Amino acid sequence: MKTLRFILKKEFLQIFRNKGMLPIIFVMPVIQLLVLSFAATYELKQVRFGLVDFDQSMASRELVSRLQSGGYFKLESAFFSIEKAKKELDNGSVKMILQIPSGLDKKLNEGNSAQVQILIDAVDGSTAGLIQSYMASIISDYNQEQQAGIFIRSSARQQMASINIIPSNWYNPDLDYITYMVPGIIVILVSMIGLFLSGMNVVREYEIGTIEQLNVTPIRKSEFMIGKLLPFWIIGMFDLCIGLALARFGFHIPFLGSLVTILIIAGIYLIVVQGLGLFISTITHTQQQAMFIAWFIMVVFVLMGGLFTPIESMPEWAQQLTMINPVAYFIEIMRMVLLKGAGWMEVYKAVLVLLAMGFGLMVLSINRYKKTS
Amino acid sequence: MSSFRGFIVKEFKQIYRDTRTLVVLFGMPIIMLVLFGFAIRNEVDNVKIAVLDLSKDEVTREIIGKISASPSFELNGYLNTYDEVRDVFKAGEIKEIVVFGPGFGKKLTRNGTADVQIITDATNPNLANLVQAYTSNILRDYISEKANQLQISRLGIAPEVRMIYNPALKSVNLFVPGIIAVILMLVSALMTSISITREKEMGNMEILLVSPLKPIHIILGKVLPYLVLSIVNVLVILILARFIFDVPFKGSYLFFLLEAGLFIMTALSLGVLISSSANNQQTAMMISLAGLLLPTVLLSGFIFPVGSMPVALQFISHVVPAKWFLIIVRDIMLKGSDIFLLWKETLILMATTMVLIAASLKKFKVRLQ
Amino acid sequence: MNDFAIEAKNLTKTFGAFTAVDSISFEVSKGEIFGFLGANGAGKTTAMKMLTGLLAPSSGKAFVNGFDVYTESEQIKKSIGYMSQKFSLYNDLTVAENIEFYGGVYGLSSKMLSKKTEELLRSVNFTELKDSLAGSLPLGWKQKLAFSISVLHNPQLVFLDEPTGGVDPVTRRQFWEQIYEASDRGITVFVTTHYMDEAEYCDRVSIMVDGKIEVLDNPENLKRSFSANSVEDVFIALARGAKRGDS
Repeated sequence: MKTLRFILKKEFLQIFRNKGMLPIIFVMPVIQLLVLSFAATYELKQVRFGLVDFDQSMASRELVSRLQSGGYFKLESAFFSIEKAKKELDNGSVKMILQIPSGLDKKLNEGNSAQVQILIDAVDGSTAGLIQSYMASIISDYNQEQQAGIFIRSSARQQMASINIIPSNWYNPDLDYITYMVPGIIVILVSMIGLFLSGMNVVREYEIGTIEQLNVTPIRKSEFMIGKLLPFWIIGMFDLCIGLALARFGFHIPFLGSLVTILIIAGIYLIVVQGLGLFISTITHTQQQAMFIAWFIMVVFVLMGGLFTPIESMPEWAQQLTMINPVAYFIEIMRMVLLKGAGWMEVYKAVLVLLAMGFGLMVLSINRYKKTS
Repeated sequence: MSSFRGFIVKEFKQIYRDTRTLVVLFGMPIIMLVLFGFAIRNEVDNVKIAVLDLSKDEVTREIIGKISASPSFELNGYLNTYDEVRDVFKAGEIKEIVVFGPGFGKKLTRNGTADVQIITDATNPNLANLVQAYTSNILRDYISEKANQLQISRLGIAPEVRMIYNPALKSVNLFVPGIIAVILMLVSALMTSISITREKEMGNMEILLVSPLKPIHIILGKVLPYLVLSIVNVLVILILARFIFDVPFKGSYLFFLLEAGLFIMTALSLGVLISSSANNQQTAMMISLAGLLLPTVLLSGFIFPVGSMPVALQFISHVVPAKWFLIIVRDIMLKGSDIFLLWKETLILMATTMVLIAASLKKFKVRLQ
Repeated sequence: MNDFAIEAKNLTKTFGAFTAVDSISFEVSKGEIFGFLGANGAGKTTAMKMLTGLLAPSSGKAFVNGFDVYTESEQIKKSIGYMSQKFSLYNDLTVAENIEFYGGVYGLSSKMLSKKTEELLRSVNFTELKDSLAGSLPLGWKQKLAFSISVLHNPQLVFLDEPTGGVDPVTRRQFWEQIYEASDRGITVFVTTHYMDEAEYCDRVSIMVDGKIEVLDNPENLKRSFSANSVEDVFIALARGAKRGDS
């Protein structure tokens, strides 16, 4: 145990002597959290659209003003030919074209249905889908009002069945994207520290040749490993706390669950990612290799971890793959505990899986690391 | 000149002998394409929902039948009391609960209106929004079916929507250009910066600098193998995208390759610049990760539309080269745009590259004195 | 306890079909300075790795400080010091921090450590460089410091793997004075080198060719039996017959 003290001291000295490391440890998490939280949103802000109005009537003007009053759509310019409008769509200055054929007003007043054409730039499919659904709901509101008017006028007050939908969004009533993203992004920050730095650190000893010297000393395998892991475990936990503090006081994320629960689970999770980093270091010879493989695994884990796109949207086989994805577990746990106030009863299964993963990876990589060459 | 050739041969050999890295280098684009092609989607299906039916009559049974028949939903159980909602949501599986009040069917037929409460687990606002919209659609359809039976004609505007450029709304069409940008950043910028920093850390840089090789030769020798790798990677992604994922390609291949070449140059010069300011591989790696890859993934419009970001971030996104490259590639592939439509973006990339090359050459020279 | 620091019998290491070390047998007495010579690729490094417990032998026996290399490699590590040419100070730690780390790893108490550090720094005139980064020292100084660290814990035996590679003649002379001092303190020295003049400083030398120990004797006897003027001539005469090329 005395030996361990010296190993730890050496590791900390080396970490903090590296001038490049300090900003990485202290500044990067803050910047990332700020940038990511604001950048990672699908929320639709103002869609610029072009208008081709062949009707030029009360009804068409009413429709266009309705479109704009919602705040989602902004009229960029009006055109007199569809070709001109399409050119603007091509060069990207508008995202949608609304084409109103002549006779709209007349048809509506006669109580018939009338068509309008909507051309949406669907390069970004998900934005296009949103535009479409916003348009649909605006037009449907418009229709309902029109109908109400017509019914009154024609005094054909027929009983119309309608279902009144009362939506109620729990945990996040304003449907605020940041509330949802921040806990997940904190997971990413912690994972990067755990996965990249401790693994790289071991490979570095190989690369600069000091590992041979260490191998002829009486340092035990376990002491060496702890010496490599513990400093970055502490740094990881430290960054987690920075992240949580920012989330709480900067972003006003609700902390419904217990902070202690989060900290304990984060400690376990860090062991899992560090174990993974360590394992990578035992199958690589250079930092370049190690980092490349680590980055690759990280990308797959994050993309498949339900941070950006819901796991529910994935096909069955992909959903099954998330069973072995520690990032997915921890993101889920963070969201459940912070946003829903879940406790041990709700998350113990996931925690057990993480524990098993951490234990397995540690045993595997400590066995693979040999003091003999 | 022969020493230069020797140096380049050595660099190529070192990289191509490293099978682990090569496997990842070529496996990565394939796996990313597969993930984005099949797994990463925003569409929703089989969302688990539950029903709290306090009415239990003909009408609610009919509506519940319709909901559970929808491919979007999977009916996962019935609740008995309102109090159960909290526990169900905490357990996390179920994302939506549809609540029918007592006497729902009676109210609907007698008063013509009845309330349905749709409770969503809005921790994920996107998902909550979508499931709510889907459920509302099903309810609306149910009513209009009833209305048709009552011979009430539906009037009003019928929108006819046409999706231009990407009619199937396939997200892989959107992601392929992004994947190309990320892979190029990874291979050209990250790997180059680490490989040059490595020479420094191992103390080989001094040996190279006193050799008859000129500094520019050293940089070229380091950069060339990655240039070749990058080009091969672009081609692999393109071929996979075209023939496995049927991503459309409307524009000119030649124009695309030229633009890709330009972006590779941007990335390589970024890599050289990073390596001239970092002294060890760990630092180079973290700078590349935080300074290059994250912006490339998040601020370029790869996954999240730039238009949705706050103004400050939109402003920052202007200096992310990948943003311009993404616009270019998406427009070439999906819209068939040419240089006359894309000259502005191309010019920006060119200027950026020039500045980066000038800066890294200057930094490299300063180090020599 | 026997009187040998190292005792090897038919020690062999094969890598597949290649026999790197071919059944070597020798003893090193306590307190001796033993020169372990051989051309590049002759098998020196492999032999040394087996003796320091880094590599398990394929067959044969070896005892280091009385410990079996097969089963007691951890005890061996506690009782030896090791320094290689490649090594092995941490360039990003200061002189004092390097001393503290390696001393601590060998279990020196902190009181012992500070005393030893003082002593060491004084003996090599490094006192004012205490807080400089090891990476900023000239190569020769690094080697001297590395050697001092490798005997800091008073091992019974120290392995030196080409300790003077790339160092100027004056520093090399100073380095050998350090070796003699250590030897006077009773530390057995096992050293490999490419400088044949250094071989003359050893009590006994062995020369390896193609995985086998061809000769083993004191420098005087060697020169006499080969009727050569220097150990260098003996070496060249033997190395010419080698089948393995310089690798």
